[in-house]
Amino acid sequence: MMAFLKRLIGGESETRDVFVVIAAALLLWEIGVWIFHPSPLILPAPSVIVVEFFKAPGLYLRHLAFTLLMTLIGFGLSVVLGVALSVGIIYSRFLERTAYTLLVVLNSIPKVALAPLFVIWMGTGPEPKVAIALMLAIFPIVIDSVLGLRSVDPDMLNLARVSKASPWAVLTKIRFPCALPSLFAGMKVGISLALVGAIVGEFVAGNYGIGFQILVAQGQFDTVRVFVSLLLLGIVGAVLFFLVNYAERLLLPWHVSQRARSDRSGS
Amino acid sequence: MRSSNEIAVAAANAAGAYVSLSQVGKTYASARGPIPALVDINLDIKPHEFVSVVGPSGCGKSTLLKLVAGLEGVSAGSVQIAGRPLNGPPDGLGVVFQRDVLLDWRTILDNVLLSIEFTRKPSAAERARAMGLLKRFGLAGFEDRFPFELSGGMRQRASICRALLADPELLLMDEPFGALDAMTRDDLNVELAQIWQDTRKTLLFITHSIVEAVFLSDRVVMMSKTPGKIVDTITVDLPRPRRLAVRDSAEFATFVQRIRHHFAELGILKE
Ligand SMILES: Nc1ncnc2c1ncn2[C@@H]1O[C@H](COP(=O)(O)OP(=O)(O)O)[C@@H](O)[C@H]1O
Ligand SMILES: [Mg+2]
Repeated sequence: MMAFLKRLIGGESETRDVFVVIAAALLLWEIGVWIFHPSPLILPAPSVIVVEFFKAPGLYLRHLAFTLLMTLIGFGLSVVLGVALSVGIIYSRFLERTAYTLLVVLNSIPKVALAPLFVIWMGTGPEPKVAIALMLAIFPIVIDSVLGLRSVDPDMLNLARVSKASPWAVLTKIRFPCALPSLFAGMKVGISLALVGAIVGEFVAGNYGIGFQILVAQGQFDTVRVFVSLLLLGIVGAVLFFLVNYAERLLLPWHVSQRARSDRSGS
Repeated sequence: MRSSNEIAVAAANAAGAYVSLSQVGKTYASARGPIPALVDINLDIKPHEFVSVVGPSGCGKSTLLKLVAGLEGVSAGSVQIAGRPLNGPPDGLGVVFQRDVLLDWRTILDNVLLSIEFTRKPSAAERARAMGLLKRFGLAGFEDRFPFELSGGMRQRASICRALLADPELLLMDEPFGALDAMTRDDLNVELAQIWQDTRKTLLFITHSIVEAVFLSDRVVMMSKTPGKIVDTITVDLPRPRRLAVRDSAEFATFVQRIRHHFAELGILKE
């Protein structure tokens, strides 16, 4: 955490860029509203949105916490199940031809359209939210980690065979670490999709969460409150993505993409 | 099923040879039909002998190595190692591939220890042996570095250390220096000649460099293409230990010329 703060303030260029761009966009937005006076029903100023948030921060944060929890549970399950499924697909010709084929085909359909079905199956509690988050996030995770598990140099596998490595040793010592960069790529897409899934779940049914807050505010034509929720979602989405990215840097210092980065900051 | 008589005959044929290939053929199945990669390969390698295989690319050199390593099965004939028919990778085998295949996330020392770690935790003695090998190959001080911090030559040295760690009887090398620049390659040739002199491993060395083959080997096996077969074998009786300067000698040039000439006759090389 300290390292993170230091990097933020000490100004690692990329992180700083993000904050500068966001600040500039908010400023332009504020000035735009100030000059053109759009109806507050269409576009409220950022300052107004912030003030609205501080009228009832506890309310927003409670709903946000619920959405965040749904997202994280859905995402966590998608990583665990996704990795297990990928390993199965790699080692089983049968799973490859059934589960993997099905997954690739299903990936191209708009899966949010299935959300109402989950409500019928699971009711209006937290379960369908988690399930939809899981369903959306697991696709990129499985597809990318299968790719990663397969991207092992055949001579590395030959070496393992010559050394009489067990399948378990091959998996843990070669295939899995080799797949990590790919898995992280899938997880970065997956974490954003998990958040989308949780929100969609709240849109479809239920009475809690930021998605639900947006629906309520929309019903009252309360644009400002819609924007408070959107802004909070934007922040949470960015932070989640950043955390996955940060975990990747910690875990994969050896990887090419990370090396290029450290070279640049080193010079 | 083989009769005991046949086994006895095979053992007699292989007597004195550590590696013995008799009438070996290999045909790959592919979508466009069978690809005959090797036909009628007969080759005996004596214990402690350094044998090189030279031939144009695609003539089946890697296939030959994989057959001896037990990584591929033969389509015809038989491969025997230490008198026993091969069934999967044999014990006491070290392999070096053209690409160093070091694991990016392991230090150089841990990469060298990998061949043992696949099956068990390396002992303190084995760690010490790994350190010794690295030192011997000029990698002292690099044990804790990661592969990406090393040059191509250093990486390939590390992968040779890895192959030598378990002190194998038989060492197989598939164009190990093929991706290196000429100077590094010369260095490694000298180092390999030295280590072979000291350890006397039975060594099957694949290369497409005639000069490299003559410099290193007791015998050079020449292969021709499609399908791959052995066209000739030349015994190189240059005195050992060999230094790089031996390459300037007239005898050396004669060996190289004989091999080159032979390939030219076969239409594989232009003279
Ligand atoms: N796994 C494989 N499947 C099908 N064909 C192969 C396979 N491996 C090698 N071959 C074919 O066998 C021939 C010999 O290949 P290889 O042993 O790699 O030659 P070299 O190492 O001498 O370049 C080539 O024609 C190659 O295309
Ligand atoms: Mg080859």
